[in-house]
Formats: sequence, structure tokens, C-alpha cells
Amino acid sequence: MLDVLTRFAPMLADGALITLKITLLSVSMAALLALPLSLMRIQESRFLRWPVQLIISFFRGTPLIAQLFLLYYGSGQFRPFLMEMGLWGFFRDPVNCAILTFTMNSMAYQTEILRGALQSVDKRSVEAGKAMGMPMNLLYRHIVLPLAYRTAFPALGNEVILMLKGGAVASVITVMDLMGQTRRVFSQSFDINVYLVAAAMYLIIAIVFVSIWRLFERYLNRHQSHRVIRRKPITNRTALN
Amino acid sequence: MNKTYLPIKLALVAMSISAYQASAQETVRIGTEGAYPPFNYFTADGQLAGFDIDIGKAICADMGVQCEFIAQDWDGIIPALLANKYDVVLASMFITEARKEQVAFTKPYQASAMTFVVDKNSGINDVDPESMDGMIIGAQSSTTQADYLASAYPNAEIRLYPTQDAANLDMASGRIDAMVGDIMPMTDWIATQDGSCCEKAGELITNPKYVGEGVGMALRKEDAELRERINKSLANIISNGTYQKINEQYFSLNLLTLK
Repeated sequence: MLDVLTRFAPMLADGALITLKITLLSVSMAALLALPLSLMRIQESRFLRWPVQLIISFFRGTPLIAQLFLLYYGSGQFRPFLMEMGLWGFFRDPVNCAILTFTMNSMAYQTEILRGALQSVDKRSVEAGKAMGMPMNLLYRHIVLPLAYRTAFPALGNEVILMLKGGAVASVITVMDLMGQTRRVFSQSFDINVYLVAAAMYLIIAIVFVSIWRLFERYLNRHQSHRVIRRKPITNRTALN
Repeated sequence: MNKTYLPIKLALVAMSISAYQASAQETVRIGTEGAYPPFNYFTADGQLAGFDIDIGKAICADMGVQCEFIAQDWDGIIPALLANKYDVVLASMFITEARKEQVAFTKPYQASAMTFVVDKNSGINDVDPESMDGMIIGAQSSTTQADYLASAYPNAEIRLYPTQDAANLDMASGRIDAMVGDIMPMTDWIATQDGSCCEKAGELITNPKYVGEGVGMALRKEDAELRERINKSLANIISNGTYQKINEQYFSLNLLTLK
């Protein structure tokens, strides 16, 4: 096992970096897209609501690996068209295809998480804002969104972790992420321990991420934490009298 | 002995009879990939077929045993053999030194060579390492082609695919500039509609360091007796013309001589 580690550590480290890059890029772009979509999703108008619902149900209802194959090998079939549009340069690279697929997938989940959080915002807080004469954008900026993100935060962290692990499917379209490198090392060494090492690396990344996320969470909910101030026992005061 | 033991005794007798029958009709489990036409692939109705499968059936018939074919992804094809999921790998596997450390091979049943494939319009004529500098070259992972690229083409970007079919798709769509594959399936592929984009390039790669001594069947090292029986049956089907008949169904070249 140590032998595998020392021989192949640089390859696995390269893979871990690519995994991190793909995960972070995908979830942060998805986060940017999820906010407007979730706001559309909670509107009364069905013309705003339905397109979003359609996208979400597609990405939540089909396997990630199927989406990845559709985008990767599917775009290969439309090469002349994509070349004309000047997009082939983007689709030619497997890492780009993986990031795009994961962004869309994560966007669907994050939109649903945010939708739930937006709908759970206390109506009375919103009404209080309105009563103060806050315009819409101020109302959202100072009341609705902070409350919604506070609620959504743990679920969003969960989504990032799922993306980190789900991202391992990128290895089937030749992306040399942590899983891709692991498979390559395994095929050269036939040593099953390399999967153990890879699992440990995924676990470490996840643990580090969870701890950071928890710090953020504590910061967002700082109004709820309060220090208990110990008072001196009353007997002391009576003794003074 | 107590009467209540009678059913158990009967059951034991029945079991030993069925065990005896099983050994009378020995079954050899053969692992193959099923994604490597025309050697081994799934037909439209989900049956395994191809040159490897037919050779396997002919050898089993000659040995007088039953054959059971099991499909297994290429990456795990040796580990699954070692884990006793099947007894023989019959999947157009090159006999190489690295693989010999893990498994034992039969006598070769095909000669081996690899070839580069490039896009017809790419203008690539030379496929030596200098002219392929910075190009994207594809191959199936865990293959001799992948090893060859990794050691002979350090300055090219190498993409590794789980199956040859997947590499072919990306070759056709132009995601990769070139790929390396076994001579037979590559010849077969460029003759199809999908492969019409592409052509073979450069000399055949026959360096035994990479392509080994040919294509063999892999067995666990301890199964020496089964290996000898397969070798004998292989020699039989080559000498009695069965091999040639199967060969002709699939290829115009003779696989043993590549002529």
C-alpha cells in the first residue's frame, strides 16, 4: 500500500486538483444560476414557472452519467453545426463538457433547495418590511434572501458534497480527475489498495469542506448563539449585606 | 442412528449425486469484454458473438466441455479472473510481460500488431513521436496501446477510454487527432460508415516489447492443467481447419500470419 502511495501519489494529487476544480466551478456557477431560477419558480405566472420546472425535472429525473454521455457524445454528433457556431472549441474538451453538465445538474438541485427556502420565509417578516415601506429590491436584499439562504445553507452544503462524489463519473469521458487517475493507476498496478487511497482522499476533501461549511453556517446563524454569562451566586451578595 | 437423521442423510446422498453429475459435464467459464467488434460484441438481441466467441465455442467443443460466456469491462478483466469470476479470459488480449506477472497465457491464437488511425483530412502522415508532439491521441485504457503511448509519446496528450468503441466515437467526431488500436478492429472500423472519416497511418507497430508474443487466452497461474488442455484443443482446431473457417467468416487476412 505504501508502495502504491509513493509511486503514484503525484498522479493521484493531480487528479484530486482536477476534481476540486471541476466541483468548485460547477457548484459556484450553478449557485449563480439557481437564484434567478428559484425566483422564477415561485412566481404565480405559469409562463415563468413551467419552463423552470421542466428543466429541473429533466436534470433531477435522469442519471448524471446519462446527462454526461448525452452532452459529450451528443455534441460530437453535431460537430459541423457547433463549428459553424464557433462552439466546437468548447465542446471538444472533455473537462468543459463535464463542468457544463455538472453545472446544469447542480443548478436544478440548488434551485429546488432555494425554492423551498424562499417559500419557508416567514410571511410576517416580509410584511413587516413592506409596512416599513421597503421597495422590492431592498426587501429581498435585507429580509427575504438572508432568511432563505440561512435556511438553505445546510442543504446547499450537502449538494456540494454530492457533486464532489457524483463528479467521479467524469472519468468515463476521459477526464483525468481523482477517479480517472485511480482507474489508470489500478490498471497499471492491479493493486486494489489504490481504490482505498482514493476513497480516503475523497473523504479528506469532504471532511475539510464540511468543516469550512460549518464555520460559515455558524457565522450566518450568529444571532442564535449566545454566551451564557455566569453571575455570582446570590449567597455572596447576601453575605455582603 | 436416530430416525430423524434419515432426511438429512437422503439430502446428503442427493447432493453428492448432483455434484457427481456436475463434474461429469464440466463447465468452463469464459470471460470476455463484449465491446470489441468484430472479436467480441453483443448482437442486437443481447447475445455475445464474434471471432473470440466462436473460437471459444470451437475449443470447448473439442475439449468436450460446456462453455459459459461472461461479459466483463476491460479494466477489471484480469482482477475478475483472479477473483474466480471465470476461468479463462478470451478477449483478444495481448500476451505481455506485465500481464504475465498476474496470469498465465495459452499459446497465441492471433498474431498481434497495432496501428495509428488519423482523420483523412488531417494531413498527418508521420506518426513518429516528434511529429505527434502536442497532439491528442486516444486509446483504450489498460491496453498495450495505452502503455505504448505512455512510454513512446510522452509529449502528446493521451486520452484513455473505457472501451475502443468510445475512442472510435471521439475519433469520428474529431475530439482526438489520432488513436492507436489493434490492426484488425481498426481495419474493420475504417471500413464502416462511422469510420469512413479516417484512415490508417504510419507503419504497423509490431515491437514485441509492446505487442508481446501475440494474442492469447489468460488463465490463473495455478490452472496449468486446464491451460494445457486448451493449448491442445487450440492446436487441434488450427490443424483440422475449424480455425480457418471461423477466420474467413470475419476477416480476409489470416489472423495467425497477418497475411
